[in-house]
Amino acid sequence: MSAMELRILATPREQQALLDLPWDMPLEEWPEWYLVALPRGISRHVVRFTRLGGRIYALKEVVQSYADREYRLLRDLERLNVPAVKAVGVVSGRQAPDGESLDPILVTRHLQFSLPYRALFARMMRRDTVDRLIDALVVLIARLHLLGFYWGDCSLSNTLFRRDAGAFAAYLVDAETGELHDRLSDGQRLHDLEVARVNIAGEMMDLAAAGYLDETVDPIATSDQVVERYRTLWAELTEWEAFDVNDRWRIARRVERLNELGFDVAELDIVTDIGGRTVRVQPKVVDAGHHSRRLLRLTGIDAQENQARRLLNDLDAYAAETDQQGEDEEIVANAWVLDCFEPVLRTIPPEFRGKLESPEIYHEVLEHRWYLSERSGYDVGLPEAAQDYVDTVLRHKPDELAILGGTTENPEDPEATQPFRVPWDELR
Amino acid sequence: MATVTYDKATRVYPGQDTPAVDSLDLAIEDGEFLVLVGPSGCGKSTSLRMLAGLEEVDAGSIRIGERDVTHMPPKDRDIAMVFQNYALYPHMTVAANMGFALKISGTPKAEIQRRVLEAAKLLDLVEYLDRKPKALSGGQRQRVAMGRAIVREPQVFLMDEPLSNLDAKLRVSTRTQIASLQRRLGITTVYVTHDQIEAMTMGDRVCVLKDGLLQQVDTPLNLYDTPANVFVAGFIGSPAMNIATFDIIEGGRAKLGEADVSVPRSVLTKVSDEGSDLVTIGFRPESLVPVSSEDVGGIPVTVDVVEELGSDAFVYGHPAGPKAAEQTDRMRSDTVIARVEPRMAPAKGEKIVLKVREGESHFFSVKTGERIPQ
Repeated sequence: MSAMELRILATPREQQALLDLPWDMPLEEWPEWYLVALPRGISRHVVRFTRLGGRIYALKEVVQSYADREYRLLRDLERLNVPAVKAVGVVSGRQAPDGESLDPILVTRHLQFSLPYRALFARMMRRDTVDRLIDALVVLIARLHLLGFYWGDCSLSNTLFRRDAGAFAAYLVDAETGELHDRLSDGQRLHDLEVARVNIAGEMMDLAAAGYLDETVDPIATSDQVVERYRTLWAELTEWEAFDVNDRWRIARRVERLNELGFDVAELDIVTDIGGRTVRVQPKVVDAGHHSRRLLRLTGIDAQENQARRLLNDLDAYAAETDQQGEDEEIVANAWVLDCFEPVLRTIPPEFRGKLESPEIYHEVLEHRWYLSERSGYDVGLPEAAQDYVDTVLRHKPDELAILGGTTENPEDPEATQPFRVPWDELR
Repeated sequence: MATVTYDKATRVYPGQDTPAVDSLDLAIEDGEFLVLVGPSGCGKSTSLRMLAGLEEVDAGSIRIGERDVTHMPPKDRDIAMVFQNYALYPHMTVAANMGFALKISGTPKAEIQRRVLEAAKLLDLVEYLDRKPKALSGGQRQRVAMGRAIVREPQVFLMDEPLSNLDAKLRVSTRTQIASLQRRLGITTVYVTHDQIEAMTMGDRVCVLKDGLLQQVDTPLNLYDTPANVFVAGFIGSPAMNIATFDIIEGGRAKLGEADVSVPRSVLTKVSDEGSDLVTIGFRPESLVPVSSEDVGGIPVTVDVVEELGSDAFVYGHPAGPKAAEQTDRMRSDTVIARVEPRMAPAKGEKIVLKVREGESHFFSVKTGERIPQ
């Protein structure tokens, strides 16, 4: 027995699965049969993907203090409900058979149904797709900033995207440069944004140079858009608003606008001036995921924000159609799940379930029903729309449970397509 | 290029009673490589971030050249935070990789070309400007990444522990590379590290901080030769200085157990002015010499560890004379460290007698910890 002990800090279920990996080898030398070829993004460290018990895990070899730090940060982000990859554990005390010690490995769970931006650009590069990616990223940055998280290296490469009812939801992938503070200074926020702006412009210019970017998309304008949209969102989320005491309805309007943007307002600071003529309002505690949380509470369905909004709208429509508007919300929601949501999902053959997440499928079936009804001139029912969707649309979609490959002519060489980092130790 | 001036700059984190950085006064010269060093929590990183605009300045001000940047957004400060690494874009040429950030900020094309060419000359990359990063060696790629920062022609480079994720061997070679590149560029640089050896080998001057307070700022050699207080004396130097509290005795001498050191008159006067009969004395490992056991004033030491480095040898031991317990109580660390002639080092477990070379002691006030000039 060697002097060092292999330590796997992880949940028991995952620990079992992780035990079988060849921890006594440098990650770079792991035999191919352990690995899955996913695009690796920018990292100065050795990063590999492996499949265990039907799930995909990302492995990153990194010095102890960095592994511990990023693990802790990712766990903090999870606790704070931030969309980010989930840290599974840190494997430390690794030793090669010759006794040489190896750097620890940080294990994260690969986000199912997530899409790296390069994979998205490889298939569609329409202007509005770019806008939606940017919107998703801006919401993510603002959420992080509200919680006091300084990203330090925000970029498209450090983000994963999931479909969200025709739009996207952004997830933080790399917390290596992140810092969690009680509150961010304006300087920290602005610097984070500036880093994002430069990174995104660089990534888009690189896509353009590779011929993956539509000519109508201007990299610089797009990256400037990140800054503008962030400013607008941040102002809505945090700024004082002053109005005449007779315009008090504007308080409710502010809350509605924030709900529209997907944020809940838990606390609102309202100040009336001494004369009592002017009211000033500022949201104090704002939480993202307004619709997601409501849907989860009512139905137990875990969905992205826009998907949730779409499903809740359908739930409202269902309540109206079935004349249950006066009924208790939970009861109607339960009926909707049994009458609408579950039957649609049962229509999907098991072999197609890896193509899209269930809420996204439901959203697409609703869209499909709308088009179908318009074409047919009468209201096509949900079961019929679902069946037609499976036969004519879903069947032809690629599997997105775990996107493999990326954009590339040569998937074996991530450097050929991905921006990459140069470590200092190569400075010679 | 520019000077950087901290003028009583203070940062107090919300909810904290003591400032993270307390009235920092520091003038950094144009083109200087200044290293901020100190133990964790000393305020070095906060000081750098105040300059970068990432931390608010609660009192005092910071200037870059003549410009007051105290409340300026980071991107208007004309500084470059040099990351541990920059991204390189595989489909863009070296020139485009270096210049694209200028394009974003609306710099005219001719100006971008001029700056890229100039940086490429400095970095020996001129002949590679039209190639893709993939065709470059690792070192060349790294220089392209540095080029990204250089073409912005910032007034100040900021580096926050850039080598912290490297193993010890790489740190040594890389720190030399960074320092020599900085000298070639001549751009004012502020560099943060917790590692005093890194600080000493890289900085033109080193600024030592503790508990948010500036302890001393000087050239590496001056910090080593004339530490301003007990903290700097113990922090700078590897292996560390031996420090202990001695009794002033008759005849202008100080004594601790068997150890006996002569004390200059100026120091005696200062100590008695303070109403004390104690003085803190520090002596570097190279100021201790082995003597024959009959010599007066030697410290008997049992050797615990011998470090033979080839060019040097260090002995780590503990006091072993009849008054060892008293000595150990008065020492800052329970180890006595001495440099001895290599290849003639005593064996582990051996008992030797060490004496402080005359005139090589550092004296500090027991009350304030400040250096007492001789």
